[in-house]
This record gives sequence, structure tokens and C-alpha cells, in this order.
Amino acid sequence: MTSCPKQIVHYMHEYLDGDIREEAKQELRFHIETCTDCKKHFAELKKTIALVQSASHIEAPAGFTAKVMALLPREGKKIGMERWFRNHPFLTAAALFLLFMSGGFASLFSQEDNHFAFTKNSELKVENETVIVPAGTKIEEDLFVKNGNIRIEGSVEGDVTVINGERFMASAGNVTGEIKEIDQLFGRIWYEMKSLFQ
Amino acid sequence: MDLIVQRRIKQVIKGDQNAFGEIVELYKDKVYQICFRMLWDRHEAEDAAQETFLKAFLNIHTYNQSKKFSTWLYRIATNLCIDKIRKKKPDYHLDEEIAGTEGLNMYSHLASGGQLPEEEVESLEVQASIHEAILMLPEKYRSVIVLKYIEELPLQEIADILELPLGTVKTRVHRGREALRKHLRHL
Repeated sequence: MTSCPKQIVHYMHEYLDGDIREEAKQELRFHIETCTDCKKHFAELKKTIALVQSASHIEAPAGFTAKVMALLPREGKKIGMERWFRNHPFLTAAALFLLFMSGGFASLFSQEDNHFAFTKNSELKVENETVIVPAGTKIEEDLFVKNGNIRIEGSVEGDVTVINGERFMASAGNVTGEIKEIDQLFGRIWYEMKSLFQ
Repeated sequence: MDLIVQRRIKQVIKGDQNAFGEIVELYKDKVYQICFRMLWDRHEAEDAAQETFLKAFLNIHTYNQSKKFSTWLYRIATNLCIDKIRKKKPDYHLDEEIAGTEGLNMYSHLASGGQLPEEEVESLEVQASIHEAILMLPEKYRSVIVLKYIEELPLQEIADILELPLGTVKTRVHRGREALRKHLRHL
């Protein structure tokens, strides 16, 4: 084997790497057929590889992942919430729906209802967003005031409803029907819904 | 699988540890195997494998997502093992193998613990010789041989893992094979 061309062993390794030129392969094949030492060397190399590859494949010990997880630094709360959202898509969708809906309600009311409005009646007087039922007058219908106050000095034969405002009664004032003051968002929603179904 | 891994890694970068748990599940056997074949000690291999994943988690932002994740992970594992081998080098004198109790130690080192039937003893001896041969390799040959023949990775990937030129990897595989041949040809 000492008299063999130097490149033969190199060709053997190139062959084992699956990375050999065709001429080199032919040369190697021809040489191995004629040289027992090199044939033996080549066989030993192939056997070595087979042996190393036969080394039993092993798996990580039980509980490995849990041990690794225990080593990690603690994660932030934000991530926990994001994961909760990801794991509960339906609840997240429902929560988002409610959020947008209530946002919609709020904007609906705040856009449309910021102006001062009241039931038109020729007997009523108005001073600085306060509707006055003058003393001695008698109003025979329901009164309705939004975003303003009402001062009752005369008498009203009907209901009085005040939204986002205050009601002042003079001692001589008199209301025969119901008096309602509504000034909270949900009270208003409830009121609007009730009137929707009436 | 690569797509899943990439998605999990994006979640890990955001700080999601459960996503990292899935990555550990996917790669734990491969990483443990590299560590075990490099170190040949179950406890040391487990420590090294755990350390590999911890390092990967802490340095996940340095991972280039356009490259293969396994390459990056195996690089951490091999570098860790090479460090450990260098640190404990004095333990690895060749004459230690002559000691009469060595055979017993070899069995106790084998991964498949517990009682074994008689007919497996012979293959156990072969296994022990293979381990011994791998263990006798200097670490630069050992890492390429483990990656090539235990993990069965292509040479180019080994070059990427070890950050070496392909030619150097080939030379090391050739020399590693020759060294192994000297130890194993009599089996």
C-alpha cells in the first residue's frame, strides 16, 4: 500500500462523501481490484461508517422540556393576555363586538343629543337653556326637555321628562303626571329602548 | 415544519414561552443526541442540552430568520460541548481505558439503562467500542463525525453549523474517519 498512488485514499474519502469525479471513481475502482491492501482499507472505512451509524439513537430524558421551561426567566403579563386571546377566539370576538357596539351607542347619543331641545308650545318661555312654564299658565300636554333645565311656575297637565338637565319647581308649580329626570347614559339607553317598544 | 418553526420563533421573540416549549419538543432529541455523543455522559449531556435551549431562548433575537433554525441551534450545542470537553480534558487520558473496571463503566454510561437480556450484551460491547472510538477523537474531529454520521447532516450544513469552510470540514471528516477506522477495524 505504501507504493500505491497517494491520491487513492483521498479518492476513497471523496467517494464516501458522495463527491467524486467520474474519472477518479474509475481509477479508484480499478486500483482496488488490483490492490488487496487498499481494498482492505476501503472495506474498513465502510465498516467503520456502518458501525458509527449503528450507534443506537437515543432520546432526550423524560421531562426534559419541563425542566428547560423551568429554567427560563418568567414571562410578562402582556404575553399571557395575548395568549388568552389567541386561545379563546370566540370570547375575544364577542368582547370586541360588545366594545364596538357600546362605542357606537355612545357616539350615537353624544353626536345627536348634545343640543338643547324641548317640546314646542306657545305658552313656554326660554331663558338660557331653561324652559319656563310661566306662573298662571296651564299646559295640557306632556313636556320633554333635552340638555336643558325646566322651571315650573305654572301647572302642567301631563308628564314632564328631563334628559341631561335639572327640574326646578316653584311652590305654586304643579304637575299632574309623572316627573322623570334622566341624566345617565344607561338610563337614557333604557329610556330609549322602553320608548322603542311602547 | 420550517414554517411552523418560523412562526413559533416570532412568538418567542415577542416573549411567548409556550411557543418556545414547542420548539424544545421538536429539537430536544437531536440536541440531546449531539450532546451525548460529544460528551458521552448522560448527566452532562442533559445539562448541556438544557443549557443549549436556555442559551437559544436568551439569544433568540440574534438568530437570523432567513437561515435554518436547526443550524443555529446545533451550533450552540456543539460550541457548548466543545467548551465542556476542553474544560475537562485532563480526564481523558488514553491510559485510563486500560483499567479493568472500564467495561462496567461503559455499560453504566450507555443510554439504554436498566437490565438487559444476555443476547444484547454482545451488541452492547460493540456499542461501547463505538462510543469509545468516538470519544477518543479530538473534539474537532468528533464534532464533524457526530454531525455527519449520527445526525446525518449534509457536509455544507455542518460547515454552516461549525462556521468553517467546506474544505476544512471535508478534511476533518476524512481524518476522523481514518482515526475511527484504526479503532474499529478489528471489531
